[in-house]
Amino acid sequence: MTNTLLKLEQINTHIEQFHILHNVEFEVSPGEVTVLLGRNGAGKTTTLRTIMGLNNASNGTVTFKGEDITKLPPYHIAKKGIGYVPEDQGIFYGLTVGENMRVGMRKEDDATKERMEWVLELFPDLKKFWKKPGGQLSGGQKQMLSIARSYVNENDLLLIDEPSKGLAPVIVEKVIESIEKMKEKTTVVLVEQNFYMASRLGDRFYILDDGMTVHHGDMSALREDEELKRKYLGIA
Amino acid sequence: MDLFLNLAINGIATGMLIFLIACGLTLIFGLMDVLNFAHGGLFAWGAFVGVWAYGITQSFILSMLAAVIAGLLLGLITEYLIIKPVYGNHIQQILITLGFMLVLSELIKVVFGPNILAASKPPYLDGSWEFGDVTVIKYRALIIVVGLLLFLVIMAVLKFTKIGLIVRAGVMNKEMVQALGINIRLVFIGVFMVGSALAALGGALFAPSSGVAYAEMGMEFGIFAFIVVIIGGMGSVPGSLVAALLVGLSNGFMAYYYSDLAMAVTMILMFIVLIFRPEGLFRVSGVSNK
Repeated sequence: MTNTLLKLEQINTHIEQFHILHNVEFEVSPGEVTVLLGRNGAGKTTTLRTIMGLNNASNGTVTFKGEDITKLPPYHIAKKGIGYVPEDQGIFYGLTVGENMRVGMRKEDDATKERMEWVLELFPDLKKFWKKPGGQLSGGQKQMLSIARSYVNENDLLLIDEPSKGLAPVIVEKVIESIEKMKEKTTVVLVEQNFYMASRLGDRFYILDDGMTVHHGDMSALREDEELKRKYLGIA
Repeated sequence: MDLFLNLAINGIATGMLIFLIACGLTLIFGLMDVLNFAHGGLFAWGAFVGVWAYGITQSFILSMLAAVIAGLLLGLITEYLIIKPVYGNHIQQILITLGFMLVLSELIKVVFGPNILAASKPPYLDGSWEFGDVTVIKYRALIIVVGLLLFLVIMAVLKFTKIGLIVRAGVMNKEMVQALGINIRLVFIGVFMVGSALAALGGALFAPSSGVAYAEMGMEFGIFAFIVVIIGGMGSVPGSLVAALLVGLSNGFMAYYYSDLAMAVTMILMFIVLIFRPEGLFRVSGVSNK
Protein backbone atom coordinates (compact mmCIF):
# COMPACT_ATOMS: atom_id res chain seq x y z
CA MET A 1 0.00 0.00 0.00
CA THR A 2 1.44 3.39 -0.92
CA ASN A 3 0.63 6.83 0.36
CA THR A 4 -0.45 5.66 3.81
CA LEU A 5 -2.43 8.15 5.92
CA LEU A 6 -2.54 6.15 9.15
CA LYS A 7 -0.41 3.20 10.18
CA LEU A 8 -0.50 1.12 13.35
CA GLU A 9 2.52 -1.09 14.01
CA GLN A 10 2.74 -3.67 16.78
CA ILE A 11 0.31 -1.76 19.00
CA ASN A 12 -0.20 -3.18 22.48
CA THR A 13 -2.60 -1.52 24.88
CA HIS A 14 -3.27 -2.32 28.51
CA ILE A 15 -6.25 -1.03 30.48
CA GLU A 16 -5.34 -1.37 34.15
CA GLN A 17 -4.06 -4.96 34.48
CA PHE A 18 -5.77 -6.19 31.32
CA HIS A 19 -3.85 -6.65 28.09
CA ILE A 20 -6.42 -5.59 25.47
CA LEU A 21 -4.55 -5.11 22.19
CA HIS A 22 -1.84 -7.53 21.10
CA ASN A 23 0.41 -6.32 18.30
CA VAL A 24 -2.42 -4.72 16.32
CA GLU A 25 -1.38 -3.62 12.87
CA PHE A 26 -3.23 -1.86 10.09
CA GLU A 27 -2.91 0.80 7.45
CA VAL A 28 -5.34 3.31 6.06
CA SER A 29 -5.03 4.94 2.66
CA PRO A 30 -6.42 8.40 1.93
CA GLY A 31 -9.93 8.53 0.52
CA GLU A 32 -10.87 5.06 1.71
CA VAL A 33 -13.29 3.77 4.29
CA THR A 34 -11.51 1.15 6.36
CA VAL A 35 -13.76 -0.94 8.54
CA LEU A 36 -12.68 -2.63 11.76
CA LEU A 37 -14.79 -5.71 12.29
CA GLY A 38 -14.98 -8.22 15.10
CA ARG A 39 -17.15 -9.56 17.85
CA ASN A 40 -17.89 -7.74 21.10
CA GLY A 41 -14.74 -7.31 23.16
CA ALA A 42 -12.42 -7.90 20.20
CA GLY A 43 -10.64 -4.59 20.83
CA LYS A 44 -12.15 -2.39 18.11
CA THR A 45 -13.09 0.53 20.37
CA THR A 46 -9.78 0.31 22.25
CA THR A 47 -7.99 0.51 18.90
CA LEU A 48 -9.75 3.78 18.04
CA ARG A 49 -9.16 5.12 21.55
CA THR A 50 -5.48 4.23 21.28
CA ILE A 51 -5.21 6.10 17.97
CA MET A 52 -6.82 9.13 19.65
CA GLY A 53 -4.50 8.88 22.65
CA LEU A 54 -7.41 8.27 25.03
CA ASN A 55 -5.84 4.92 25.91
CA ASN A 56 -2.06 4.84 25.96
CA ALA A 57 -0.29 2.24 23.86
CA SER A 58 2.14 0.23 26.02
CA ASN A 59 4.32 -0.22 22.98
CA GLY A 60 4.12 -0.02 19.22
CA THR A 61 3.72 2.99 16.95
CA VAL A 62 0.82 5.00 15.53
CA THR A 63 1.90 7.03 12.52
CA PHE A 64 -0.35 9.69 11.02
CA LYS A 65 0.67 11.53 7.85
CA GLY A 66 4.19 10.18 8.39
CA GLU A 67 4.47 11.49 11.97
CA ASP A 68 4.66 9.37 15.09
CA ILE A 69 1.65 10.39 17.21
CA THR A 70 1.77 7.48 19.69
CA LYS A 71 2.71 9.51 22.74
CA LEU A 72 0.86 12.71 21.93
CA PRO A 73 -2.03 13.84 24.16
CA PRO A 74 -5.56 13.53 22.69
CA TYR A 75 -6.01 17.25 22.03
CA HIS A 76 -2.78 17.35 20.08
CA ILE A 77 -3.78 14.32 18.01
CA ALA A 78 -7.14 15.95 17.23
CA LYS A 79 -5.34 19.09 16.09
CA LYS A 80 -3.23 17.00 13.70
CA GLY A 81 -6.47 16.38 11.80
CA ILE A 82 -8.26 13.41 13.33
CA GLY A 83 -11.95 13.66 14.19
CA TYR A 84 -13.50 11.21 16.63
CA VAL A 85 -17.06 9.99 16.98
CA PRO A 86 -17.11 7.80 20.11
CA GLU A 87 -19.36 4.82 20.67
CA ASP A 88 -21.47 6.79 23.19
CA GLN A 89 -21.50 9.77 20.76
CA GLY A 90 -19.88 12.11 23.30
CA ILE A 91 -22.71 14.64 23.16
CA PHE A 92 -22.65 17.35 25.82
CA TYR A 93 -26.21 16.85 27.04
CA GLY A 94 -26.53 20.20 28.79
CA LEU A 95 -25.38 22.18 25.73
CA THR A 96 -27.64 22.99 22.79
CA VAL A 97 -27.03 21.52 19.34
CA GLY A 98 -25.46 24.82 18.28
CA GLU A 99 -23.22 24.92 21.35
CA ASN A 100 -22.17 21.29 20.78
CA MET A 101 -21.13 22.25 17.26
CA ARG A 102 -19.37 25.43 18.39
CA VAL A 103 -17.36 23.77 21.15
CA GLY A 104 -16.05 21.37 18.51
CA MET A 105 -14.91 24.13 16.14
CA ARG A 106 -11.18 24.68 16.38
CA LYS A 107 -11.35 27.69 14.04
CA GLU A 108 -14.18 29.97 13.05
CA ASP A 109 -12.88 30.84 9.57
CA ASP A 110 -14.67 30.76 6.20
CA ALA A 111 -13.62 27.19 5.47
CA THR A 112 -15.13 26.02 8.76
CA LYS A 113 -18.33 27.95 8.07
CA GLU A 114 -18.52 26.34 4.64
CA ARG A 115 -18.15 22.88 6.16
CA MET A 116 -20.75 23.77 8.76
CA GLU A 117 -23.22 24.76 6.03
CA TRP A 118 -22.51 21.56 4.13
CA VAL A 119 -22.97 19.37 7.17
CA LEU A 120 -26.21 21.13 8.15
CA GLU A 121 -27.56 20.46 4.68
CA LEU A 122 -26.60 16.84 5.18
CA PHE A 123 -28.36 16.71 8.57
CA PRO A 124 -31.24 19.21 8.37
CA ASP A 125 -32.57 17.99 11.74
CA LEU A 126 -29.60 19.65 13.43
CA LYS A 127 -30.57 23.01 11.99
CA LYS A 128 -34.18 22.43 13.04
CA PHE A 129 -33.20 21.62 16.64
CA TRP A 130 -30.31 24.10 16.82
CA LYS A 131 -31.38 25.48 20.20
CA LYS A 132 -32.48 22.19 21.70
CA PRO A 133 -30.25 20.64 24.40
CA GLY A 134 -28.22 17.71 23.11
CA GLY A 135 -29.66 15.48 25.81
CA GLN A 136 -33.17 15.89 24.40
CA LEU A 137 -32.32 14.63 20.90
CA SER A 138 -33.32 11.18 19.69
CA GLY A 139 -30.64 8.49 19.35
CA GLY A 140 -30.35 9.08 15.62
CA GLN A 141 -30.12 12.85 15.99
CA LYS A 142 -27.39 12.46 18.62
CA GLN A 143 -25.46 10.27 16.22
CA MET A 144 -25.87 12.82 13.45
CA LEU A 145 -24.73 15.61 15.77
CA SER A 146 -21.66 13.66 16.78
CA ILE A 147 -20.71 12.89 13.17
CA ALA A 148 -21.41 16.48 12.10
CA ARG A 149 -19.26 17.85 14.94
CA SER A 150 -16.33 15.65 13.92
CA TYR A 151 -16.61 16.84 10.34
CA VAL A 152 -16.85 20.57 10.96
CA ASN A 153 -13.08 20.89 11.49
CA GLU A 154 -10.60 20.40 8.70
CA ASN A 155 -9.86 16.76 9.50
CA ASP A 156 -8.06 14.36 7.21
CA LEU A 157 -9.38 11.33 9.04
CA LEU A 158 -12.57 10.51 10.91
CA LEU A 159 -12.70 7.68 13.44
CA ILE A 160 -16.32 6.59 13.81
CA ASP A 161 -17.21 4.02 16.45
CA GLU A 162 -20.36 1.95 15.88
CA PRO A 163 -22.61 4.63 14.39
CA SER A 164 -25.47 2.14 13.89
CA LYS A 165 -25.56 1.04 17.53
CA GLY A 166 -29.05 1.21 19.00
CA LEU A 167 -30.58 2.90 15.94
CA ALA A 168 -33.71 1.90 14.04
CA PRO A 169 -33.07 0.51 10.52
CA VAL A 170 -34.50 3.59 8.84
CA ILE A 171 -32.10 5.81 10.79
CA VAL A 172 -29.19 3.47 10.06
CA GLU A 173 -29.96 3.98 6.38
CA LYS A 174 -29.77 7.75 6.84
CA VAL A 175 -26.44 7.47 8.68
CA ILE A 176 -25.08 5.26 5.88
CA GLU A 177 -26.12 7.81 3.28
CA SER A 178 -24.46 10.63 5.21
CA ILE A 179 -21.17 8.74 5.67
CA GLU A 180 -21.29 7.84 1.95
CA LYS A 181 -21.37 11.56 1.17
CA MET A 182 -18.62 12.28 3.69
CA LYS A 183 -16.29 9.66 2.28
CA GLU A 184 -16.09 11.72 -0.88
CA LYS A 185 -14.44 14.43 1.18
CA THR A 186 -12.46 12.63 3.88
CA THR A 187 -10.96 9.33 4.95
CA VAL A 188 -12.85 7.22 7.45
CA VAL A 189 -12.01 4.43 9.88
CA LEU A 190 -15.26 2.82 10.87
CA VAL A 191 -15.84 0.38 13.71
CA GLU A 192 -19.03 -1.51 12.99
CA GLN A 193 -20.78 -4.70 14.04
CA ASN A 194 -23.62 -4.21 11.59
CA PHE A 195 -22.24 -6.07 8.58
CA TYR A 196 -24.81 -4.56 6.23
CA MET A 197 -23.53 -1.08 7.06
CA ALA A 198 -19.90 -2.16 7.01
CA SER A 199 -20.18 -3.78 3.60
CA ARG A 200 -22.11 -0.82 2.15
CA LEU A 201 -19.50 1.69 3.24
CA GLY A 202 -16.20 -0.16 3.47
CA ASP A 203 -13.45 -0.29 0.88
CA ARG A 204 -11.13 -2.34 3.02
CA PHE A 205 -11.56 -4.30 6.23
CA TYR A 206 -9.55 -5.53 9.17
CA ILE A 207 -10.91 -8.21 11.49
CA LEU A 208 -9.92 -8.08 15.14
CA ASP A 209 -10.24 -11.10 17.38
CA ASP A 210 -9.09 -11.20 21.02
CA GLY A 211 -7.19 -7.97 20.50
CA MET A 212 -5.30 -9.17 17.44
CA THR A 213 -5.65 -8.36 13.75
CA VAL A 214 -6.44 -11.75 12.28
CA HIS A 215 -7.49 -10.91 8.75
CA HIS A 216 -7.66 -8.05 6.31
CA GLY A 217 -8.39 -7.37 2.70
CA ASP A 218 -10.82 -5.76 0.29
CA MET A 219 -14.42 -5.55 1.43
CA SER A 220 -15.57 -7.01 -1.90
CA ALA A 221 -13.69 -10.21 -1.04
CA LEU A 222 -15.20 -10.42 2.44
CA ARG A 223 -18.74 -10.10 1.07
CA GLU A 224 -18.19 -13.39 -0.80
CA ASP A 225 -16.27 -15.21 1.96
CA GLU A 226 -18.97 -16.98 3.98
CA GLU A 227 -16.46 -19.03 5.97
CA LEU A 228 -14.58 -15.96 7.22
CA LYS A 229 -17.78 -14.16 8.11
CA ARG A 230 -19.03 -17.17 10.06
CA LYS A 231 -15.72 -17.73 11.83
CA TYR A 232 -14.99 -14.22 13.04
CA LEU A 233 -18.21 -12.26 12.75
CA GLY A 234 -20.77 -14.91 13.65
CA ILE A 235 -22.69 -14.28 10.43
CA ALA A 236 -24.27 -17.46 9.08
CA MET B 1 -41.05 42.79 60.03
CA ASP B 2 -38.14 45.24 60.43
CA LEU B 3 -36.17 42.66 62.33
CA PHE B 4 -37.00 40.11 59.65
CA LEU B 5 -35.68 42.40 56.90
CA ASN B 6 -32.52 43.23 58.82
CA LEU B 7 -31.80 39.57 59.44
CA ALA B 8 -32.58 38.79 55.81
CA ILE B 9 -30.14 41.41 54.51
CA ASN B 10 -27.42 40.13 56.83
CA GLY B 11 -28.16 36.55 55.78
CA ILE B 12 -28.00 37.44 52.10
CA ALA B 13 -24.67 39.25 52.57
CA THR B 14 -23.22 36.22 54.39
CA GLY B 15 -24.62 34.01 51.64
CA MET B 16 -22.87 36.10 49.00
CA LEU B 17 -19.53 35.72 50.79
CA ILE B 18 -20.02 31.96 50.93
CA PHE B 19 -21.02 32.02 47.27
CA LEU B 20 -17.71 33.62 46.32
CA ILE B 21 -15.83 30.68 47.82
CA ALA B 22 -18.31 28.04 46.72
CA CYS B 23 -18.63 29.01 43.04
CA GLY B 24 -14.92 28.43 42.47
CA LEU B 25 -15.06 25.23 44.46
CA THR B 26 -18.02 23.89 42.50
CA LEU B 27 -16.35 24.54 39.15
CA ILE B 28 -13.11 22.99 40.37
CA PHE B 29 -14.99 19.90 41.51
CA GLY B 30 -17.29 19.75 38.49
CA LEU B 31 -14.62 20.27 35.86
CA MET B 32 -11.54 18.81 37.46
CA ASP B 33 -13.13 16.21 39.76
CA VAL B 34 -10.89 17.56 42.50
CA LEU B 35 -11.86 17.71 46.18
CA ASN B 36 -9.95 20.80 47.23
CA PHE B 37 -10.08 21.21 51.00
CA ALA B 38 -7.37 23.87 50.76
CA HIS B 39 -9.83 26.24 49.07
CA GLY B 40 -10.72 27.94 52.35
CA GLY B 41 -7.04 28.77 52.79
CA LEU B 42 -7.25 31.05 49.78
CA PHE B 43 -10.16 32.84 51.49
CA ALA B 44 -7.95 33.48 54.54
CA TRP B 45 -5.02 34.58 52.39
CA GLY B 46 -7.29 36.97 50.52
CA ALA B 47 -8.41 38.48 53.82
CA PHE B 48 -4.84 39.03 55.04
CA VAL B 49 -3.52 40.36 51.74
CA GLY B 50 -6.54 42.67 51.51
CA VAL B 51 -5.99 44.05 55.02
CA TRP B 52 -2.27 44.42 54.41
CA ALA B 53 -2.76 46.17 51.04
CA TYR B 54 -5.39 48.49 52.48
CA GLY B 55 -3.00 49.42 55.29
CA ILE B 56 -0.36 50.40 52.75
CA THR B 57 -2.43 52.03 50.02
CA GLN B 58 -5.52 53.18 51.92
CA SER B 59 -7.37 52.25 48.74
CA PHE B 60 -10.21 49.76 49.05
CA ILE B 61 -10.17 48.98 45.31
CA LEU B 62 -6.41 48.32 45.33
CA SER B 63 -6.75 46.09 48.39
CA MET B 64 -9.37 43.98 46.59
CA LEU B 65 -7.15 43.86 43.50
CA ALA B 66 -4.17 42.74 45.58
CA ALA B 67 -6.27 39.93 47.08
CA VAL B 68 -7.39 38.81 43.62
CA ILE B 69 -3.80 38.77 42.33
CA ALA B 70 -2.67 36.85 45.41
CA GLY B 71 -5.51 34.38 44.81
CA LEU B 72 -4.52 33.90 41.18
CA LEU B 73 -0.86 33.28 42.08
CA LEU B 74 -1.63 31.00 45.02
CA GLY B 75 -4.12 29.15 42.85
CA LEU B 76 -1.44 28.57 40.20
CA ILE B 77 1.04 27.35 42.81
CA THR B 78 -1.54 25.12 44.52
CA GLU B 79 -2.65 23.54 41.25
CA TYR B 80 0.89 22.90 40.07
CA LEU B 81 2.45 21.66 43.31
CA ILE B 82 -0.45 20.11 45.21
CA ILE B 83 -3.29 19.18 42.86
CA LYS B 84 -1.51 18.08 39.68
CA PRO B 85 0.16 15.02 41.24
CA VAL B 86 -3.12 13.71 42.67
CA TYR B 87 -5.58 14.06 39.76
CA GLY B 88 -7.98 11.13 39.70
CA ASN B 89 -7.34 10.04 43.30
CA HIS B 90 -9.91 11.41 45.73
CA ILE B 91 -8.36 9.93 48.87
CA GLN B 92 -5.00 11.50 48.13
CA GLN B 93 -6.72 14.77 47.20
CA ILE B 94 -8.51 14.94 50.56
CA LEU B 95 -5.35 14.18 52.52
CA ILE B 96 -3.00 16.48 50.64
CA THR B 97 -5.41 19.42 50.38
CA LEU B 98 -6.37 19.18 54.06
CA GLY B 99 -2.66 19.20 54.85
CA PHE B 100 -2.08 22.13 52.54
CA MET B 101 -4.96 23.99 54.18
CA LEU B 102 -3.03 23.80 57.45
CA VAL B 103 0.16 24.86 55.68
CA LEU B 104 -1.61 27.89 54.18
CA SER B 105 -2.94 28.87 57.62
CA GLU B 106 0.49 28.54 59.22
CA LEU B 107 2.15 30.44 56.37
CA ILE B 108 -0.20 33.33 57.09
CA LYS B 109 1.27 33.47 60.63
CA VAL B 110 4.80 33.36 59.21
CA VAL B 111 4.18 36.16 56.72
CA PHE B 112 1.74 38.41 58.62
CA GLY B 113 2.55 37.43 62.21
CA PRO B 114 0.71 35.18 64.65
CA ASN B 115 -1.83 37.75 65.83
CA ILE B 116 -5.30 38.51 64.62
CA LEU B 117 -5.27 41.50 62.29
CA ALA B 118 -7.73 44.33 62.74
CA ALA B 119 -9.48 45.14 59.48
CA SER B 120 -11.13 48.45 58.76
CA LYS B 121 -13.33 49.67 55.98
CA PRO B 122 -12.92 52.95 54.14
CA PRO B 123 -14.94 55.80 55.69
CA TYR B 124 -17.29 56.02 52.70
CA LEU B 125 -18.36 52.40 53.27
CA ASP B 126 -18.87 52.85 56.98
CA GLY B 127 -22.27 53.47 58.46
CA SER B 128 -25.73 52.56 57.27
CA TRP B 129 -28.84 53.75 55.50
CA GLU B 130 -32.12 53.94 57.36
CA PHE B 131 -35.34 53.05 55.55
CA GLY B 132 -37.99 53.55 58.21
CA ASP B 133 -37.09 51.01 60.87
CA VAL B 134 -34.99 48.99 58.50
CA THR B 135 -31.26 49.55 58.77
CA VAL B 136 -29.12 48.62 55.78
CA ILE B 137 -25.43 48.51 56.59
CA LYS B 138 -23.57 50.03 53.64
CA TYR B 139 -20.80 47.46 53.62
CA ARG B 140 -23.28 44.56 53.68
CA ALA B 141 -25.09 46.13 50.72
CA LEU B 142 -21.75 46.34 48.89
CA ILE B 143 -21.10 42.64 49.51
CA ILE B 144 -24.53 41.77 48.10
CA VAL B 145 -24.00 43.93 45.01
CA VAL B 146 -20.48 42.58 44.38
CA GLY B 147 -21.70 39.00 44.83
CA LEU B 148 -24.61 39.49 42.43
CA LEU B 149 -22.43 41.24 39.85
CA LEU B 150 -19.86 38.48 39.98
CA PHE B 151 -22.59 35.87 39.62
CA LEU B 152 -23.90 37.65 36.51
CA VAL B 153 -20.40 38.00 35.05
CA ILE B 154 -19.60 34.32 35.69
CA MET B 155 -22.91 33.23 34.14
CA ALA B 156 -22.37 35.48 31.11
CA VAL B 157 -18.85 34.10 30.60
CA LEU B 158 -20.10 30.54 30.93
CA LYS B 159 -23.04 31.12 28.61
CA PHE B 160 -21.74 33.43 25.91
CA THR B 161 -18.00 32.92 25.51
CA LYS B 162 -16.09 30.08 23.89
CA ILE B 163 -14.02 29.48 27.03
CA GLY B 164 -17.23 29.32 29.07
CA LEU B 165 -18.63 26.81 26.62
CA ILE B 166 -15.50 24.70 26.98
CA VAL B 167 -15.72 24.82 30.78
CA ARG B 168 -19.38 23.74 30.68
CA ALA B 169 -18.58 20.98 28.21
CA GLY B 170 -15.61 19.95 30.36
CA VAL B 171 -17.85 19.57 33.40
CA MET B 172 -19.99 17.15 31.34
CA ASN B 173 -17.35 15.14 29.50
CA LYS B 174 -13.65 15.97 29.83
CA GLU B 175 -12.52 13.20 27.54
CA MET B 176 -14.64 14.40 24.62
CA VAL B 177 -13.43 17.95 25.09
CA GLN B 178 -9.87 16.71 24.65
CA ALA B 179 -10.82 14.61 21.63
CA LEU B 180 -12.14 17.81 20.04
CA GLY B 181 -8.66 19.33 20.20
CA ILE B 182 -8.87 21.33 23.41
CA ASN B 183 -6.06 21.24 25.97
CA ILE B 184 -8.15 20.53 29.06
CA ARG B 185 -5.10 20.92 31.29
CA LEU B 186 -4.88 24.63 30.45
CA VAL B 187 -8.61 24.97 31.14
CA PHE B 188 -8.09 23.22 34.50
CA ILE B 189 -5.34 25.66 35.47
CA GLY B 190 -7.42 28.66 34.39
CA VAL B 191 -10.50 27.55 36.33
CA PHE B 192 -8.43 26.73 39.39
CA MET B 193 -6.79 30.17 39.34
CA VAL B 194 -10.09 32.00 38.85
CA GLY B 195 -11.76 29.90 41.57
CA SER B 196 -8.91 30.71 43.95
CA ALA B 197 -9.08 34.41 43.09
CA LEU B 198 -12.82 34.47 43.85
CA ALA B 199 -12.20 32.83 47.22
CA ALA B 200 -9.46 35.38 47.96
CA LEU B 201 -11.80 38.21 46.98
CA GLY B 202 -14.41 36.73 49.33
CA GLY B 203 -11.87 36.81 52.15
CA ALA B 204 -10.83 40.37 51.36
CA LEU B 205 -14.47 41.46 51.42
CA PHE B 206 -15.21 39.53 54.61
CA ALA B 207 -12.40 40.93 56.76
CA PRO B 208 -13.60 44.58 56.88
CA SER B 209 -17.12 43.33 57.53
CA SER B 210 -16.13 41.31 60.59
CA GLY B 211 -13.39 43.74 61.59
CA VAL B 212 -10.74 41.03 61.87
CA ALA B 213 -8.68 38.61 59.84
CA TYR B 214 -7.47 35.41 61.48
CA ALA B 215 -5.60 32.46 60.05
CA GLU B 216 -8.26 29.86 60.93
CA MET B 217 -11.09 31.66 59.12
CA GLY B 218 -10.35 29.65 55.99
CA MET B 219 -11.27 26.35 57.62
CA GLU B 220 -14.52 27.81 58.98
CA PHE B 221 -15.72 29.22 55.65
CA GLY B 222 -14.27 26.32 53.69
CA ILE B 223 -16.67 23.96 55.45
CA PHE B 224 -19.61 26.21 54.60
CA ALA B 225 -18.46 26.29 50.99
CA PHE B 226 -18.37 22.49 50.78
CA ILE B 227 -21.86 22.24 52.24
CA VAL B 228 -23.06 24.79 49.69
CA VAL B 229 -21.48 22.87 46.80
CA ILE B 230 -23.21 19.68 47.96
CA ILE B 231 -26.58 21.39 48.40
CA GLY B 232 -26.34 23.35 45.14
CA GLY B 233 -25.14 20.48 42.98
CA MET B 234 -21.54 19.88 42.06
CA GLY B 235 -20.51 21.91 39.03
CA SER B 236 -23.53 24.25 39.12
CA VAL B 237 -22.85 27.97 39.63
CA PRO B 238 -26.57 28.93 39.96
CA GLY B 239 -26.87 26.02 42.41
CA SER B 240 -24.05 27.50 44.46
CA LEU B 241 -25.75 30.88 44.58
CA VAL B 242 -29.11 29.47 45.69
CA ALA B 243 -27.50 27.14 48.22
CA ALA B 244 -25.22 29.89 49.57
CA LEU B 245 -28.22 32.17 50.08
CA LEU B 246 -30.14 29.35 51.78
CA VAL B 247 -27.21 28.64 54.08
CA GLY B 248 -26.55 32.34 54.72
CA LEU B 249 -30.21 33.08 55.52
CA SER B 250 -30.87 30.00 57.64
CA ASN B 251 -27.64 30.56 59.52
CA GLY B 252 -28.40 34.25 60.04
CA PHE B 253 -31.90 33.66 61.38
CA MET B 254 -30.88 30.76 63.59
CA ALA B 255 -27.90 32.69 64.94
CA TYR B 256 -30.33 35.36 66.14
CA TYR B 257 -33.06 33.16 67.60
CA TYR B 258 -31.19 29.99 68.65
CA SER B 259 -27.49 30.73 68.24
CA ASP B 260 -26.45 27.26 69.47
CA LEU B 261 -28.31 25.70 66.56
CA ALA B 262 -26.89 27.97 63.83
CA MET B 263 -24.46 25.39 62.45
CA ALA B 264 -26.91 22.54 63.05
CA VAL B 265 -29.52 24.08 60.77
CA THR B 266 -27.00 24.15 57.91
CA MET B 267 -26.25 20.49 58.46
CA ILE B 268 -29.97 19.67 58.60
CA LEU B 269 -30.43 21.55 55.32
CA MET B 270 -27.70 19.47 53.69
CA PHE B 271 -29.14 16.29 55.19
CA ILE B 272 -32.61 17.00 53.75
CA VAL B 273 -31.21 17.81 50.30
CA LEU B 274 -29.06 14.66 50.30
CA ILE B 275 -32.11 12.53 51.13
CA PHE B 276 -34.41 13.96 48.45
CA ARG B 277 -31.92 15.14 45.81
CA PRO B 278 -28.58 13.40 46.32
CA GLU B 279 -27.17 15.13 43.23
CA GLY B 280 -28.00 18.56 44.71
CA LEU B 281 -30.67 21.14 43.95
CA PHE B 282 -29.27 21.96 40.50
CA ARG B 283 -28.06 18.86 38.76
CA VAL B 284 -25.64 19.45 35.87
CA SER B 285 -27.08 17.28 33.10
CA GLY B 286 -25.02 14.79 31.14
CA VAL B 287 -22.09 14.58 33.51
CA SER B 288 -19.84 11.63 32.83
CA ASN B 289 -16.88 10.49 34.87
CA LYS B 290 -14.59 10.48 31.86
